[in-house]
Amino acid sequence: MIRPDAELLLDINDLHASVEAQPILNGVNLQVRAGEIHAVMGRNGSGKSTLSKVLAGHPAYRVTGGSVRYRGSDLLELEPEERSRLGVFLGFQYPVEIPGVSNLEFLRVSSNARRQQQGLEELDTFDFDDHVRERLSVVQMDPAFLERSVNEGFSGGEKKRNEILQMALLNPVVSILDETDSGLDIDALRIVAGGVNQLATPENATLLITHYQRLLDEITPDYVHVMAAGRILRTGGRELALELEKTGYDWVDEEVASTGQGVA
Amino acid sequence: MTSVSTRDLVSQPYKYGFVTDIETEKIAKGLSEDVVRLISSKKEEPQFLLDFRLRAYRHWLTLEEPDWAALGYSAIDYQNIIYYAAPRQQEKKASLDEVDPKLLETFDKLGIPLSEQKRLSNVAVDAVFDSVSIATTYREKLAEHGVIFCSISEAVKEYPELVERYMGTVVPGNDNYFAALNSAVFSDGSFVFIPKGVECPMELSTYFRINSGDTGQFERTLIVAEEGASVSYLEGCTAPMFDTNQLHAAVVELVALDDASIKYSTVQNWYAGDENGVGGIYNFVTKRGQCRGARSRISWTQVETGSAITWKYPSCVLQGADSVGEFYSVALTNNCQQADTGTKMIHLGARTRSTIVSKGISAGRSSNSYRGLVQIAPGAKGARNYSQCDSMLIGDEAAANTYPYIRSQQPQAAIEHEASTCRISEDQLFYLQSRGIGFEEAVSMMVSGFCRDVFNQLPMEFAAEADKLLALKLEGSVG
Repeated sequence: MIRPDAELLLDINDLHASVEAQPILNGVNLQVRAGEIHAVMGRNGSGKSTLSKVLAGHPAYRVTGGSVRYRGSDLLELEPEERSRLGVFLGFQYPVEIPGVSNLEFLRVSSNARRQQQGLEELDTFDFDDHVRERLSVVQMDPAFLERSVNEGFSGGEKKRNEILQMALLNPVVSILDETDSGLDIDALRIVAGGVNQLATPENATLLITHYQRLLDEITPDYVHVMAAGRILRTGGRELALELEKTGYDWVDEEVASTGQGVA
Repeated sequence: MTSVSTRDLVSQPYKYGFVTDIETEKIAKGLSEDVVRLISSKKEEPQFLLDFRLRAYRHWLTLEEPDWAALGYSAIDYQNIIYYAAPRQQEKKASLDEVDPKLLETFDKLGIPLSEQKRLSNVAVDAVFDSVSIATTYREKLAEHGVIFCSISEAVKEYPELVERYMGTVVPGNDNYFAALNSAVFSDGSFVFIPKGVECPMELSTYFRINSGDTGQFERTLIVAEEGASVSYLEGCTAPMFDTNQLHAAVVELVALDDASIKYSTVQNWYAGDENGVGGIYNFVTKRGQCRGARSRISWTQVETGSAITWKYPSCVLQGADSVGEFYSVALTNNCQQADTGTKMIHLGARTRSTIVSKGISAGRSSNSYRGLVQIAPGAKGARNYSQCDSMLIGDEAAANTYPYIRSQQPQAAIEHEASTCRISEDQLFYLQSRGIGFEEAVSMMVSGFCRDVFNQLPMEFAAEADKLLALKLEGSVG
């Protein structure tokens, strides 16, 4: 939903970043307002996953230039945990397994950290148990997963559902979903996409990072951005994704080549 | 992007590092036959005990300090240690009201209130300060059940026949170097006796406190559970921060008769030295339990977080048929700490079973070794052992070693050994952080997850404590 007067949540200006001295982002510009759903598309290596990691504050990525303002303040100054507490959520492409740490306890500590920041009452184990069971329906998840260690032995689809469950519990302002559709069969994709749709409100925004158009059949974006060589090459509406589906990424390569921006 | 890094952060200060200013009676430094006699006479001991001490001392003189452990430390000068130090007070007090308030205050500060009003409701405590026991709570209540819980010195006076019958039968005076030393000079410790058929109505606990800077602590604990008896016992240890090393060489003996069960838990938090390895306790301990009776059970649970050097192998001699031995251990080393710890499970009886679960966590520049022996004697038909040894490395300067020894003379025995090593990865930490969980809390969540199997074995009151202790010890160690 595009409303020009809606709050500017995320304002990315000429963002440069590198990993192990290798530049990956070469000047990204992107504005995200409340109520919007953005899709960022591109080939592997175009920098779209790096963008998500930088926004969440992964220590391996170094910002070398530009700025990111989140609701008016400098996002890049904050620790990853502070970003989360303030409402920035990253749904991981490959959620890691954390043996020995109970999923339920993890969800509770995480959710309480966010609630505390919002000035809400922290939930004790009993109240949280009720709360989380109610939220399970968003992704049609089996309560048995709460009793296991975080992501340990979960299938690809279960891990992604667990990500969206966390999103449902953290009630984020900006959600960045990194290749949430990868590795999902069509049923799992529908469940996960259904969860994302349910959680979208006029107050929050979603950034979908994806390689394929098929996720966009389930979640309708307001904007589609095509990334290549660490920059946003073109921005359009829903139709841009459909065009990509038809023509593939070859024209992107040509465009990059003609502007002299070689893919790193 | 995180601003926390290993090297920048100094570990959390040791919060038990204070010294109690109290008048102390000490004997002169050094060790000789006269010193052994002096200790014995100060304690007004019967002849059998003096003889036991002297035999041990003379044997000790013939031994060499062992050097097979993966530990490096400067030589211990046994003539530069005080072997007996006691807060100056007359007789052990009949009532706590008469105990020096400074001592009560010390234990208050350590979180072990002893006074009637404040003491823990379901835990009886024997408080040992330097070389002597200063108070034991709930003695009368326990006596109603026939349970004896007192200091070993009192036991020698009041129940000499029990002490004579059991002391030195599990760890003899001519055992290893440090056990022989302890047998010669031990000053105090706890004595527990659970008579036939009695289930001890409360947790028993001894809290060891070293206060003097130049004193060694040599305590000796003896726990006997008669037929069908059961008891759960916990020991805790702390010491002030000194920049010299102090020697702690304890002996613990457990005896379980038919169908008896002893659960022995330790939370060891001796001063570990500073981040450069200056100071700290040298902890050389011999702990051994004997499942003497059929179907008896001895379970060791230890959480080792302190000491500059830890050398400790709580063991079970599984003599009775169908007896069970267990060892659950978390050993955490940080900065320059060194630990060489594990267990010995000696299977003698038929169908004896043992379980070993060891979790070693090494941070800083520390070194952490698991050393364990599983031995199955020819007579131990159908014996079974399961061992699991996991190591976790934090940072890139710490070391973890596993030395499992397996000796089986019984072809039908079943022995399983599993081992793993892991490292807390940056991606795991980032995952937790990106969910609003602070860096340090993320580390401690993962460490406590790693230790869960062992913490589950601790008495409830102490499991949460152990969790907190580990978090505290690791503060600032990851980056």
